[in-house]
Amino acid sequence: MSVVNIVGTLERSPAIFETRAATSEPAWAKWSLIAVSIAFFSLFLLLPLVVVFVEAFAKGWSLYKDAVTEADAWSAIKLTLIAAAISVPLNLVFGVAAAWAIAKFEFRGKQILLTLIDLPFSVSPVIAGLIYVLLFGAHGWFGPWLKENDLKIIFAVPGIVLATMFVTVPFVARELIPLMQAQGREEEEAAVVLGASGWRVFWSVTLPNVKWALLYGVILTNARAMGEFGAVSVVSGHIRGQTNTLPLHIEILYNEYQFTAAFAVASLLAMLALVTLGAKSLIEWRQKSVLKELQS
Amino acid sequence: MSIRVENISKQFGGFKALDNVTLDVPSGELVALLGPSGCGKTTLLRIIAGLENADSGRVLLDGDDASDTHVRERQVGFVFQHYALFKHMTVFENVAFGLRARSKKTRPTDAAIAQKVHQLLELVQLDWAANRFPAQLSGGQRQRIALARALAVEPRVLLLDEPFGALDAKVRKELRRWLRRLHDELHVTSVFVTHDQDEAVEVSDRIVLINHGRIEQVGAPTEVYQKPASAFVFDFLGTANRFEISDAAQGYGYARPHETELALSACHDTVAVTVSRVQHRGATTRIEALEQVRSGPKSDHRYFEIELPLVAVGSLDLFEGKVVHVRPTRLHVFDRQIAQSAGAAS
Amino acid sequence: MTATTTPANAGFGTPPYPAEAIHRRPPETQTALRTRPGRRVLPGLPLSLGVSLTYLSIVVLLPLVALFARTFSLTFDAFIDAVFAPRVVATYLVSFGAALLAAVTNVVFGGILAWVLVRYSFPGRKLVDTLIDLPFALPTAVAGIALTAIYAKNGVLGAPLEALGLKVAFTPIGIYVAMVFIGLPFVVRTLQPVLQDHEIEFEEAAASLGASRLRTIIRVILPAMIPALLTGFALAFARAVGEYGSIIFIAGNVPYVSEITPLIIITKLEQYDYAGATAVASVMLVISFVLLLAINLLQAWTARRSGRTL
Repeated sequence: MSVVNIVGTLERSPAIFETRAATSEPAWAKWSLIAVSIAFFSLFLLLPLVVVFVEAFAKGWSLYKDAVTEADAWSAIKLTLIAAAISVPLNLVFGVAAAWAIAKFEFRGKQILLTLIDLPFSVSPVIAGLIYVLLFGAHGWFGPWLKENDLKIIFAVPGIVLATMFVTVPFVARELIPLMQAQGREEEEAAVVLGASGWRVFWSVTLPNVKWALLYGVILTNARAMGEFGAVSVVSGHIRGQTNTLPLHIEILYNEYQFTAAFAVASLLAMLALVTLGAKSLIEWRQKSVLKELQS
Repeated sequence: MSIRVENISKQFGGFKALDNVTLDVPSGELVALLGPSGCGKTTLLRIIAGLENADSGRVLLDGDDASDTHVRERQVGFVFQHYALFKHMTVFENVAFGLRARSKKTRPTDAAIAQKVHQLLELVQLDWAANRFPAQLSGGQRQRIALARALAVEPRVLLLDEPFGALDAKVRKELRRWLRRLHDELHVTSVFVTHDQDEAVEVSDRIVLINHGRIEQVGAPTEVYQKPASAFVFDFLGTANRFEISDAAQGYGYARPHETELALSACHDTVAVTVSRVQHRGATTRIEALEQVRSGPKSDHRYFEIELPLVAVGSLDLFEGKVVHVRPTRLHVFDRQIAQSAGAAS
Repeated sequence: MTATTTPANAGFGTPPYPAEAIHRRPPETQTALRTRPGRRVLPGLPLSLGVSLTYLSIVVLLPLVALFARTFSLTFDAFIDAVFAPRVVATYLVSFGAALLAAVTNVVFGGILAWVLVRYSFPGRKLVDTLIDLPFALPTAVAGIALTAIYAKNGVLGAPLEALGLKVAFTPIGIYVAMVFIGLPFVVRTLQPVLQDHEIEFEEAAASLGASRLRTIIRVILPAMIPALLTGFALAFARAVGEYGSIIFIAGNVPYVSEITPLIIITKLEQYDYAGATAVASVMLVISFVLLLAINLLQAWTARRSGRTL
């Protein structure tokens, strides 16, 4: 159900449509449609992005610097990085394993497995947080046992990591599966016939073929992991300096009417988003030149 | 290295891909598995390679049961229909892959690998392409690299799945001859799959005709063409005209276009037809004709193709729409035909 | 096997070239052959499947089971009370109503955007194409405060709109705006590849048959896009219904007016009303399942229609 796949066929450039008599529209129609599109795009996508940076620097550089280097902000940055550092590699291993099983083999219940992978896409992040509270919270299934053993998951870092893992489940797997399915099994079979071991097949044949999609999957997972708000909000407990991630820190600052500081911290995450999109474009461009080469 | 396939059966869901197939490939021969698409020939090849497991039966390589040997250890060379070259590796790396994949103990030195790879690339006349990537080569060149890669591990047998299937007509023909010459040079026992009877006839020592998961006939190209064992073989190797045999229980006999003739008047063994097309081709003339309607839907009417020497055509004064009578000059009758077709289709 | 030949024409000799017609295997069995596994040929199925299932069980399955188990521990009356409390019902109307409107908006404008991006070259096309994914990449809290700043009383757009008598921030309209923001890429990115793959020949055929351009678009292109449009709609709708971060800042969260369902779950949780939170969550979850099922069916339909694989 991922709609951000970078796999795909070689894109036809608009010129193909524009230069053919049967597939082009009158200039006035074309430019009106472009104008409507740009207006809608600017209003709903571009403007919010611009506003983040404008507001962040509204009161000057020094306030910005203070906001992002202040102690609570720092601990939020650290926690965000820790949560991502744990959940992203785990998701990577899961995603690669799931894609290998689904794309290279036939087995019963595959469709159910795929649906399970997609599920976190359509579950509200609030519910993603709630389910862990029901499991590990004070009144949850494992609550009493955790308390006896002096373990804390909810309102602590493990809960944040778990919630992050839930919301990022589909990302790597869903990037890899369509690509690996499209590539089929022949290259792997050829490697096995030539005597290669399983790991060798994976490292020297499968992995190089999907490295760009894999990289993009990881970048996307990372963006989501660092930016997740709803799910983390439910399990974190909002303890300043301890269980606050960057998005939660933004909320606190905003609710305390420290708008400029909130936007300053938000601008860090907005930059992360821009880097993510930039990386996507780069990877897409790479992928396309590979495709072009293959087709020439 | 000989190959023996013994009582192999393979089922895919409810579909019987191979039905108790037994086949011997003597050492050093080049054998074609020929049949229509879906007849089970590729499955048989993949079972010999170990890429597919048979439901029952054995595969013997040089007399040893290889059924439980993993494809990794079977030492077969397999050339895939779409080459399956590793896209991200150079031609050199592709060919070297099998040697590099060996365990440390048996792996040749880098120098030995390099020497071997260049030797193979020379053999397939692509030494100049060592540092190119597969994407930079043409289809025919890729196919030759795939062959070099398969040969690098010194396989006991070479298996090729529709090796020329993805190539255009001209390259196909060149590569066909090249493969034949290569085989004469190397004498590796080879099996290749094709659905093209010309290809099978031109390249192979022996042809194995497969239909509906069963072997219909095994023989040298001339043998299968001249003495077809079943109606299927007769029909698959060329155009066939069907005639009813009034006095035989089997029902039908078959004749090639050049084994039929036309008459202007009806006789007990002729079929009334309407001429639909006349083509003069140098010394011969090819006539297409449709059976004259007696009853029943039009789609049931037989179509005939008749090839006559130019001299025989003049007296007939053929034109489109003319009603003439067709008669076989030689009729091939097969015992098994009805049982075969009905049994396989049910 | 399921051969389509009947005994009547199963004889081999009906020329010309009857072998083709008779011996070709029916398509369904051909796919069966092609998708068949090379069972033990490629290694790693037990390992990869084991890893996947373990991860999914711990992270997804077990917690969801816990949620439903909790729900079933409620009495029926308690469940009904929690789920149909007037304040909760009001949140359904707000969440689903706004999500519906937002998804419709996105289908219209996302459709135009996808069309423009695929069909026209214009300065800035590449930039627009890249930034379409912004709502995927931008953390929802960031989007939330940015949208609020824009549409607040003194915001860039909020001020002029307020002068016209239209309040956006802290009203249901704000919720709608946030939902449009997060849903847009779903429509554009679902539609784009299908538009890309749509063969030019269809349009040329229509034109050669004398159809006007508008007629071609409406009768030839649009019908082919319907599965993709519906998929995009369902994806955008599902995302909007569950969305939390980008909405709560701009919504105002006034009970009965601008309170969304995810928020009421959190509110109940903060009041230690676990039963109530669980009941409402299970309702939302069931709706997500239904939407997911619908999306899967729609995508299968899209794939069949456009000949793409999922």
